[in-house]
Amino acid sequence: MRARLSFPLTALAAGLLSAGQASAQDPVELTMYYPIAVGGALTDVIDGLVDEFEAEHPDIDVEAIYAGNYDDTRVRAMSAIEAGDPPQLSVLFSIDLYELLEQDAIIAFDEVIETDEQREWLDSFYPGLMENGQVDGQTYGIPFQRSTIVLYWNKDAFEAAGLDPETPPETWDEMAEMASAVHEASDGEQWGVMVPSTGYPYWMFQAFAFQNGHRLMSDDGTEVYFDDPAAIEALEYWVSLADEHDAMPDGAIEWGTLRQNFLEQSTAMIWHSTGNLTAVRNDAEFDFGVAMLPMKTQRGSPTGGGNFYLFKDSSEAEQQAAMTFIQWMTDPERAAAWSIETGYMGVSPAAYDTEALRDYVESFPPAAVARDQLEHGTAELSTYQGGRIRRALDNAVQAALTGQMSAAEALAQAQAEADAALRRYAR
Amino acid sequence: MSQTTLNASARRTALRLPGLETTAAWLLAIIWIFPLLYALWAAFHPPEFMVRFELLAPLTLDNFANAWEQAPFARYYLNTFLLVTGVVLAQFVVCTLAGFAFARFPIPGKDILFMLVLIQLFVFPEVLIVENYQIASSLGLVNTITGIGLPYVASAFGIFLLRQTFKTIPRELEDAARIEGCGWMAILMKVYVPLARPTYLAYGLVSISHHWNNFLWPLVVTNSVESRPLTVGLGVFSAPETGVNWATVSAATLLSIAPLLIAFLLFQRQFVQSFLRSGIR
Amino acid sequence: MLIHNADRRMQIYGALLLLPAAVLLATFAYLPTIATLINSLFLPGFRGEPPSFAGLENYQLLIEDQTFWRVARNNLIYALGTIPTSIALALGMALFVNARLPGRGFVRMAYFTPTILPMIAAANIWMFFYAPQIGLFNSLLGALGFSGVNWLGDPSVALGSVIVMTVWKEAGFFMIFYLAALQGMAPELKEAADLEGTSRWSFFWRVTFPLLMPTTLFVLINALINAVRVVDHLFILTKGGPNNATNLLLYYVYENAFSFFDRTYAATITVVILLVLAVVATVKFAILDRRTHYQ
Repeated sequence: MRARLSFPLTALAAGLLSAGQASAQDPVELTMYYPIAVGGALTDVIDGLVDEFEAEHPDIDVEAIYAGNYDDTRVRAMSAIEAGDPPQLSVLFSIDLYELLEQDAIIAFDEVIETDEQREWLDSFYPGLMENGQVDGQTYGIPFQRSTIVLYWNKDAFEAAGLDPETPPETWDEMAEMASAVHEASDGEQWGVMVPSTGYPYWMFQAFAFQNGHRLMSDDGTEVYFDDPAAIEALEYWVSLADEHDAMPDGAIEWGTLRQNFLEQSTAMIWHSTGNLTAVRNDAEFDFGVAMLPMKTQRGSPTGGGNFYLFKDSSEAEQQAAMTFIQWMTDPERAAAWSIETGYMGVSPAAYDTEALRDYVESFPPAAVARDQLEHGTAELSTYQGGRIRRALDNAVQAALTGQMSAAEALAQAQAEADAALRRYAR
Repeated sequence: MSQTTLNASARRTALRLPGLETTAAWLLAIIWIFPLLYALWAAFHPPEFMVRFELLAPLTLDNFANAWEQAPFARYYLNTFLLVTGVVLAQFVVCTLAGFAFARFPIPGKDILFMLVLIQLFVFPEVLIVENYQIASSLGLVNTITGIGLPYVASAFGIFLLRQTFKTIPRELEDAARIEGCGWMAILMKVYVPLARPTYLAYGLVSISHHWNNFLWPLVVTNSVESRPLTVGLGVFSAPETGVNWATVSAATLLSIAPLLIAFLLFQRQFVQSFLRSGIR
Repeated sequence: MLIHNADRRMQIYGALLLLPAAVLLATFAYLPTIATLINSLFLPGFRGEPPSFAGLENYQLLIEDQTFWRVARNNLIYALGTIPTSIALALGMALFVNARLPGRGFVRMAYFTPTILPMIAAANIWMFFYAPQIGLFNSLLGALGFSGVNWLGDPSVALGSVIVMTVWKEAGFFMIFYLAALQGMAPELKEAADLEGTSRWSFFWRVTFPLLMPTTLFVLINALINAVRVVDHLFILTKGGPNNATNLLLYYVYENAFSFFDRTYAATITVVILLVLAVVATVKFAILDRRTHYQ
């Protein structure tokens, strides 16, 4: 304690405090933020891929930073930009597009692309996965960890309830019936179905609405249609699963623990991202199946997940290096491996043509469900002021599910909030 | 107050202490410690025993291994260690100087200045996250450990505590040192600082606990593994959305609290005394 | 003249000693406070333009913002739910631990330990308790034949669940102040009361409790500040949901600033928080400091 506390110590302390980063000049250094929204040790998978890439490309260093869920990751990336230390590329929510544009943070791939081969690559993805990444004919987002919502069902539970274990529900009515049959047969021990209503409730709701033939937003991201009768009917159906059919628990259902719920067999069916598939497969101690979501007037699920974005303020060399990395990561072989490791979709038809993924799908057919469902896909809810708009819709969904408001009231309120948030954007 | 009187009086009360109160006290203690015991249980058993309490459930360290593997906890430890050391040292320096000034120097408008300092007892850096973030950003402090610590260095609380302590130190000691030819700095270092040792210890412990546990501001100002302290790392790692296995989360939670918790269990008395002396965090 | 010069030098020297603290306080306390006030008068830049002056429009929006009122009310309920309970429990704990109790050391340790944990870690642990279906509370309820409660998913329960966790975290911290105060009380008081045959109950209410008043007020101030300042647990437990049922002011600031990119509206809400803290500070400086002093 007799330490000489004097001014030099302040400097010393400051020196101790600052974790300085030296910047080597030689290899091109790239920083990339990426999110994880579903379970499993996906950070390991990403780190492994990055290591492999660096081994093949000694002239490029990639620092991949895991930053939490999609929202956290966007916050971190934007914060880095503001602090003058922007990443060169990142995997962010596919629906962050408008906000990233508004913050003037990203550039279109079209600006960076030079060769015909690259142009071809740009066209190699499923068009359904490109929808959220394009605006005014320019491509800003390249699909990477992309998903649709699928229905996981527990075949053992179906059998125990006297249902055909191999037949998942095709329609809303069937799902409600089957789910309440499970709940009844198990004497209330097991729920029939759980649709998560935290995390990304708007996403689930969008699926219901689309299955009822309704789209929630305009193509240019400046208008939303939450209070349409078809949307109200969709939300009413969701609420009725708990209220009328006694097939789903009351209250909000946690997105994050839902996989665990399914694995613990506390519910016979869940709706969840296909990105969970491999984790479920690894841990399930029962027979399960994966199916497309049931329909009202049509099949449907929004796409979801993360796209690669290129950020402004990077040098030509960095942009090209980032392109090399993104091309490498989305190359059919890699996309196939990524899909097998996680359950996320192979992002291009070519990925499903690789031997690895072909064999995998053959031995494990659920792996193709998300892809097959893409044909019935719709772009995920993406608008200007996206954070606020999604929150308004999330709140409406939760208010209806928890019995605080009727579906119509809740959606009317969300519509009003969204209109207010978008008031400056009407074209 | 003499310890003997206290104990004697306590003993006298104790003779008549009804069993009901003992039971209640113990029951409350068990409820209070239970969450921590539960975390221990969950961390040292395979995941399937999360809600199954079997005496003979197999013990395992796998959860710790998983947690350690899945997130860079070593780096988080280092960051938190650097943060806490740096903040406490810098606080000592800055608050000593300011406390000394307030205690001994005739500065015009001193009372008003002191009130201005005390405002910081209420307006914490985390309340002003939005603006402080922008300031940190313009100073180039985002994503640095300095950025996490610097807003807390001029701690009103530390200044207040040290001022109080310095004021109680008799002037005669100072005069004696002056006769020996000491200047102000030497007087501060030779007379005031050594005599204020208990205050430094108390304040240091409180500050360490605070910064070890601080979350919101570090969350806002850090972007990557290089600067994330344990709390933020734990938050990122265990957000329910990631669906990470609970047993692993328990292990990670214990990993992040272990050093402080062990220190507390070993030096309970000093910790409690420190919190007490310092009154406010 | 000489003396005057010496005085002068002392003043300058003192000012220099204050300088580092003054610069830091200015940078991270006063400047951001003023900037908050100024920014609350602007609207965020639209499509990349710089923020535009909007007068009191943000305050207008705030008054019309139902979510804000919801959040403000939540914060009030949160304060009312955590503070009296924590204080009562803290006092009870202190009385327990101050008496001669078998295993007193352990009991005191048990009460105090939650204080040492980061809020994030505490929230992680309680998450395991609260999770529906598979969480510990519902497993236990299930074993007893009750149907579970959706602790964090049911808006009528969720804020209560958050409050319970906060009380668990805070009570032990407040306990030590009561304990110190109790140990500082003259034992003669108790002896005199015993001689008069005063019942323990009335001794507590007539002697102990009034004597502890300064401690209670001190703890109250701290609890009030914490109710506004600490929102770490929300990041793990509820993220303010469902439907804002557990959203608190500071978390709402965070959301607006960092999730919605609306820094100026976040500044407006921060002004409200600053007003609340100003009231607490005034109460403390104007009323309490006349009666209490630390140490």
